Parts: sequence; C-alpha cells; structure tokens
Amino acid sequence: MATLLELSIGYALVCVLAAMALCFGRLLIGPSAHDRVLALDTLWMCGMLLALVLGIRFGTQIYFEVAMLIALVGFVSTIAMAKFLMRGEIIE
Amino acid sequence: MNGIEHLPDWAALIVSLLLILGASIILIGALGLLRLRTFYQRIHGPAITITLGAGSLLLASMLYFTVAQSRPVVHEVIITLFVLLTAPVVSMMIMRAAVYRDLRARKTDAGATAGDVYTISLEEVGKPPAK
Repeated sequence: MATLLELSIGYALVCVLAAMALCFGRLLIGPSAHDRVLALDTLWMCGMLLALVLGIRFGTQIYFEVAMLIALVGFVSTIAMAKFLMRGEIIE
Repeated sequence: MNGIEHLPDWAALIVSLLLILGASIILIGALGLLRLRTFYQRIHGPAITITLGAGSLLLASMLYFTVAQSRPVVHEVIITLFVLLTAPVVSMMIMRAAVYRDLRARKTDAGATAGDVYTISLEEVGKPPAK
C-alpha cells in the first residue's frame, strides 16, 4: 500500500505540473488581457495545490503554511489585476 | 520519505484515491482553460480546479496528517474555507472586467449576449449612455 501511495503522489505531481504548463500556455497565447489574468489566477491555484502535494510527499506541516501564503497572495494579486483592468487604477 | 510506510492500508488507499481524483480533475480544468474557444467559456474551466480538485487534495492532506500523527489535524479547513470564499469573488471581478472591456471594445458577444441567445445591435452598443 505504501508503493500505491508513492505512485499516486507521483501521478498527482505530474498532473499538477502538466496543469501548470497548460496554464502557462494560455498565459502566453491568451488573446486578451483578461485571459492572461485568468490563467495567472489558475497558475496561483495550481502552485498552492503543488505545495500541498509536496507536503504529503515529504510528510511535514511546513508546506501547509506555504500553501496558505500562496492562496492569500494569489487572491490579493488577482483582485488587484482585475480592478486594474476595469478601472485603470487599483486604489481609488 | 518518513511516515508513508507506517501508514495503515485503508488510509493509504483512501489518500491515494483522493490524490488521483483531485489531480485528474486539476488537469481537466487546465485543459479546459487551454482548449475552449471564447473567454466566457474559458472561465468555467478553472472552476472545477478550484472546487473539486482543490477539495480532494485538501481532504487527502487532512486525512494523511490526521492518521500519520494520530491526532486530528484540521489546519487545511482554513485553506478550504478561504478558497471557497474567495473563488467566486475572483471569478466575478475578472468577469466584470472582461464584460466591461469587451463592451468598450464594441464586441457584441459580451456578457449576457455571449452564447448567441440574446443579441444586441452595434448601434445599441455604440449609443451614448442615457442621462
């Protein structure tokens, strides 16, 4: 069963990294600015999930705090960019 | 790899299934983000990444640390609550920005008219706002 868990952790890492690569592709080819903001938001979310899977892989709680910080900073940055796209300034 | 070989079989099986389900759904969501045609279809791709994919991985992490440390570890509930609260806000802000920018760029297939169900004419979009 430990080998099954190791294999599934490897599968999860590969899948999350492939998802990050796909989001990066949309970030590069995205025709409009809001496409790029959406791709960057999904990239933040995939980074958070990658930190969680690494936490299971290495068995430490430190990666949990990494994931929480990535979630917080990703939310603030995406809101800031969406407001900038809409208004042209962030703090009015 | 400390701790994985000491995990009981049932916990390893459940954590593995949750990891495989969550990772597959994350990949499907990112594939939708890349493959769908218009922006208003594309914004539905990451929604399953945020809800079901992140939920499965957070549940797997919670179960793994609870069994591995023999005490209830519910830290991940904080991330789950935060993500579930902020994902609709982020989607709404990006969507509003997209509708605003598309209407300002005189694209008639923006917002409520995105799926060709309702249509508006170019004259209607180009009309100055009523005082």
